[in-house]
Amino acid sequence: MSFMDFLNFHIVPGVVLGSIYAVGAIGITLVFGILRFSHFAHGDMATLGAFVALALVTAGLTPWAALPIAMAAVAVVAIVVDKLFYDYLKARPKIMTVMASLGVALMLRAVVQVVFGVDPRTYASGIVRPDEYFGILLRDRELYTLAAVVAIVIGLTLFLRHSRWGKAMRAMSDNPDLARLSGVDNRKVTMLTWAIVGALCAASGFMLGINNELHSMMGWQVLLPMFAAAILGGVGRVEGAVLGGLIVGIAEELSIFILPAQYKAATAFALLLLILLVRPRGLLNGKVL
Amino acid sequence: MALLEMKDVRGGYGDADILHGVSMTVGEREIVVIVGPNGAGKSTAMKSVFGLLTIRGGNIVFDGEDITGWAPDRIVQRGICYVPQVDNVFREMTVHENFEMGAFLRRGDLAAAYDRIYGLFPDLKAKRRNLAGDLSGGQRQMVAMGRALMLDPKLLLLDEPTAGLSPKYMEQIFQITRDVRDAGVSILLVEQHAKQALAFCDRGYVLATGANRHEGSGQALLADREVAEMFLGG
Repeated sequence: MSFMDFLNFHIVPGVVLGSIYAVGAIGITLVFGILRFSHFAHGDMATLGAFVALALVTAGLTPWAALPIAMAAVAVVAIVVDKLFYDYLKARPKIMTVMASLGVALMLRAVVQVVFGVDPRTYASGIVRPDEYFGILLRDRELYTLAAVVAIVIGLTLFLRHSRWGKAMRAMSDNPDLARLSGVDNRKVTMLTWAIVGALCAASGFMLGINNELHSMMGWQVLLPMFAAAILGGVGRVEGAVLGGLIVGIAEELSIFILPAQYKAATAFALLLLILLVRPRGLLNGKVL
Repeated sequence: MALLEMKDVRGGYGDADILHGVSMTVGEREIVVIVGPNGAGKSTAMKSVFGLLTIRGGNIVFDGEDITGWAPDRIVQRGICYVPQVDNVFREMTVHENFEMGAFLRRGDLAAAYDRIYGLFPDLKAKRRNLAGDLSGGQRQMVAMGRALMLDPKLLLLDEPTAGLSPKYMEQIFQITRDVRDAGVSILLVEQHAKQALAFCDRGYVLATGANRHEGSGQALLADREVAEMFLGG
């Protein structure tokens, strides 16, 4: 196998998958850093986003035009879920919120299954041939996925670094007591966090769907790799989630050299165990663990 | 009339009272220090001003208004800022961002406020892009004070600002505290280093087992034999 083949058949799909994981892992890391719990409904929120986009595509929109609307819709869903379930438990031990999020995951999945059924779906049918860019083969959807992920990461980083409420989110993650003493409104930060997390969920679900197919278990199946990515990079760090996502994505694609393809999913699990054993704070020194 | 007046305050964090009647005043442009043996309720007395404990008796009047039982965020807006003893900076944020967070509730142009803070803490100007968590203990304490001062409070509460600092930094923190007072802010602070603190403050209160024991000017308390025997080490 030539180097270009290796690049095109393993690294490129790994980078595409990894950047989708990255978008999910950023959301997981934001919830953990600011709200201090593991959000198990993350994957199913992504599924919901993918299917909201599907509904819009069925109604006549192009997939990429449906994406921002789906992101906004799931942002609202995330805020409502927080108000209905998580907020209610906020004074209780965090493990209760974690368990509640598992329940929310099942509910969201059930809604998707009732409305859209359990059969696999796609945004568009037909085979798309990749275009060549300096020897690298990329389909349009892959190119757009990478561009969208880059835009999301840059936009979110700028928001967190430079905007007033982005700084408030970082302050709340860094030192919640001091943030409150400084007059940061905890409820507003929580709501904003859920809006961003919901939108990121929808984006990751949509990208999974457009690069493969949609089915009601799609989000649940990527929950583990997304958590692995967040922990690998260092929980609480956006740049860590991106790095972790790329590593997990590429590792999954490369695993077929040593493992049968159906064990791909075990790669993320192995990486997760490995990082927890050797470097539990993650590659970039996570903050909150 | 004094800027802050605590009268016979009783209360604690849970059901048990830690304060059994603490009274003190802080005047305009005054540095008042609370000293006392361990477990005397020094920090608790100060936190009661900031609404951090359940008050079951007495009252606290600030600037002519009864603030007993107010929530901390309301007290902040009324003009009292509090610097906790530990975890008092945003470690993962830069020095400048710490100051920005201090001014979170303030709208409008903050250029003058930043000039004032960097004027008080010239050492921090060169470090404004550094993460607060990477600074030395003394500089972190300055960041913590600067953050609290961004809201332009009338009264600043400092909980053991020199704990764990070298004598050089202790002197520096005391000097900065005087500078802050000279800029028009009253200061109430709790100190473990009783001798040094009493020597530099305007007035002091000695607490023991959650109640007032002695009070007076710093010099008078230093000269008081009973105070000396109690905890100044003779």
